[in-house]
Amino acid sequence: MKKPYEKPVIFKLKTGFMNKFGGGSYFLKKVRSEIEGISVDELVKEFGSPLFVFSERKLRQKFRELKNAFTLRYPNVEFSWSYKTNYLDAICAILHDEGETAEVVSEFEYEKARRLGVPGNKIIYNGPYKPLDSLRVAVREGARINVDHFEEIADLEQVADELGAKPRIGIRLNMDTGIQPQWSRFGFNLESGQAIDAVKRIAAGGKLELVGLHCHIGTFILEPRAYEQEVKKMVEFAYRIEEEFGFKIEYLDIGGGFPSKNRLRGIYLPPDVAVPSVDEFAEGVCNALLSSLRPGDYPKLILESGRAIVDEAGYLITTVHAAKRMPNGRKAYVVDAGVNILFTAFWYHFNVELDREVNGPAEPCILYGPLCMNIDVVDDMVQLPPLPRGTRLILSPVGAYNVTQWMQFIRYRPNVVLIGENGEVELIREAEDLSDIVRRERLPERLELKWKD
Amino acid sequence: MGKLQKLAMSDEGFIFDPETGSSFTVNQTGLFILKLLKEGKSQEEVVEALTEEFDVSREEAARDLIDFLEQLRLNGLLREEKSV
Ligand SMILES: Cc1ncc(COP(=O)(O)O)c(C=O)c1O
Repeated sequence: MKKPYEKPVIFKLKTGFMNKFGGGSYFLKKVRSEIEGISVDELVKEFGSPLFVFSERKLRQKFRELKNAFTLRYPNVEFSWSYKTNYLDAICAILHDEGETAEVVSEFEYEKARRLGVPGNKIIYNGPYKPLDSLRVAVREGARINVDHFEEIADLEQVADELGAKPRIGIRLNMDTGIQPQWSRFGFNLESGQAIDAVKRIAAGGKLELVGLHCHIGTFILEPRAYEQEVKKMVEFAYRIEEEFGFKIEYLDIGGGFPSKNRLRGIYLPPDVAVPSVDEFAEGVCNALLSSLRPGDYPKLILESGRAIVDEAGYLITTVHAAKRMPNGRKAYVVDAGVNILFTAFWYHFNVELDREVNGPAEPCILYGPLCMNIDVVDDMVQLPPLPRGTRLILSPVGAYNVTQWMQFIRYRPNVVLIGENGEVELIREAEDLSDIVRRERLPERLELKWKD
Repeated sequence: MGKLQKLAMSDEGFIFDPETGSSFTVNQTGLFILKLLKEGKSQEEVVEALTEEFDVSREEAARDLIDFLEQLRLNGLLREEKSV
C-alpha cells in the first residue's frame, strides 16, 4: 500500500521567534463538511460554486437572542429590519415572520418591502435622499419617516398641503457618543443646536407632528457605553422638546450597529473575545433608558439592527482553482469567489474552514479572487495547509451586506440557497446569466456588428 | 559540489545549511524529495519515485515538485545557476 500523500513543504526555523502566526492560530485547520447537516459537496453538486448558503435556523436564533435580550429588559420594543443589510425576499420574509417591521432607505427598498406584503405603517423610511414622490407615497401609506435635513422638512410640508394631512414624523439626530468616527453627516446635530433648530422649524411650520427621534451612531460598534450615551441624550432631548414645543415623543429609534462575531481587519483578538454579547448591549441601553425616563413613561424603543442578526446566518462556499507561489515566498490561492460578491472582505478576516481534512503544516497564505483586478483579495493572511485544487473553503460570517453590496462585475453573481429548519434546501436567488445583464442594454442599430462567423 | 550535497539532514526532517547557519524543517514528502535531489536524481525521476511511494497522481506530484523547488530557491538552498 502506498503512503498517504502530503504536499511537500519546507520552513525556515527562526530562533527566538517561533512563527508568530503558527500554532494556536484562530483559523488553523478547521474542517466543515456540512452546513446545517447538508453536505458541502452535495450543495455544490446541485447549485455550483461559489455558492451563498443561508441558515434559517441560525437567522431565527440570532434574532430571538437579540429580541429576548431587549424585551426582557424593557416593555415596549420594536425591531425593524434594516433592508440594506440583506434585502433578499426570503431573508426579509423570515424576519417579518419573527415580527420585525421594515427599515428602508430608498424608494427601491420601500417598494421591495411593499411588494413583499409589508403594510405602509410597518415601514420606517430613513435616509438622506427621499425623492418627493416617494415621500408622497410614504405619507399616504402611513409609513414612519425620519427626516434627515431642513429641505426634507419643507418637502414634507408640501406633501402635507397636497394631501391635506398632518404627517407624524421623526427627526434623525447625530451626536457625540464618545466614539469615532462620528456619523455626523446624517440628520441634525445635537450638540451644535441644529437639532433644536429643526424642532423650532417644524413647530413654526405647524404642518407636521413631531413624534419620534432617530439616530444611528455607526456600524460594528464594539462599545456598549456609546449606546448608553446615545439613549441618555435622546431621552433628555425628547423631554426638552416636549416641554418647549409640546411635541410628545412616542418612539426612540436608536438605529443599528451592533457587531457580529466577525473579525475586523486590524483587530487580532478572536471575535469571541473582542465582541461584547447582545446582553451587554441590551443591559446598557435598557438601564440607560429606565434610569433617564420618567416613571411610567415607556416610549417605544426601536432597534434597526442588521449585521448582528444576519451576518452569522450566511456562508459562502468557494473552490480552490489554482495555487501560486509569490516572489516573496508567500503561498497564494486563486479561488472562484472574489470581492465582486464578497464586499465585506474589505473589512473582515473571515472564518475559513475546509470541506475536508488536509494534511500538512499550515502556512500563511493569500486568497485571491477570480477577478483580473489587483484589488481582488479575499484574505491576505490566512493559515492554511497545502490545499489541493478543488478543495472547498467555507467562509463565514458573510450574511450581512454581501448579497446587497455585491456587484455584477466581470463575473455573474452565483446562486443563493436557504437551508430551512427541516433541512430543506431551497434556491432563493438564482445565478445570473447573460440575459440578466443585457436585458437593459440598447445597441443603436447603426453600431451593430457586421462580422461574419 | 552542489549546495544540496552540503546540507545536513535528519530523518525527522531537520535541515541545516552550514554555509549560512540557517535551519529548516521539512515534512516527510519534502525530505523524500530532498534526499533524491541530493543523490542527483532528475525531476522526472523524482516525480516517478513520488508516485511509487505515495498515493498521488503524476500530475499533482509534478506540480508540487515545481512548487517545492521554488521554496528551496527562495530559501537559498538551490543555486540560481543550477536549475535542477
Ligand atoms: C439608519 C440605519 N439603520 C440601521 C442600519 C443597520 O446597521 P447594522 O447592520 O450595523 O446593524 C444602518 C446601516 O448603515 C443604518 O444606516
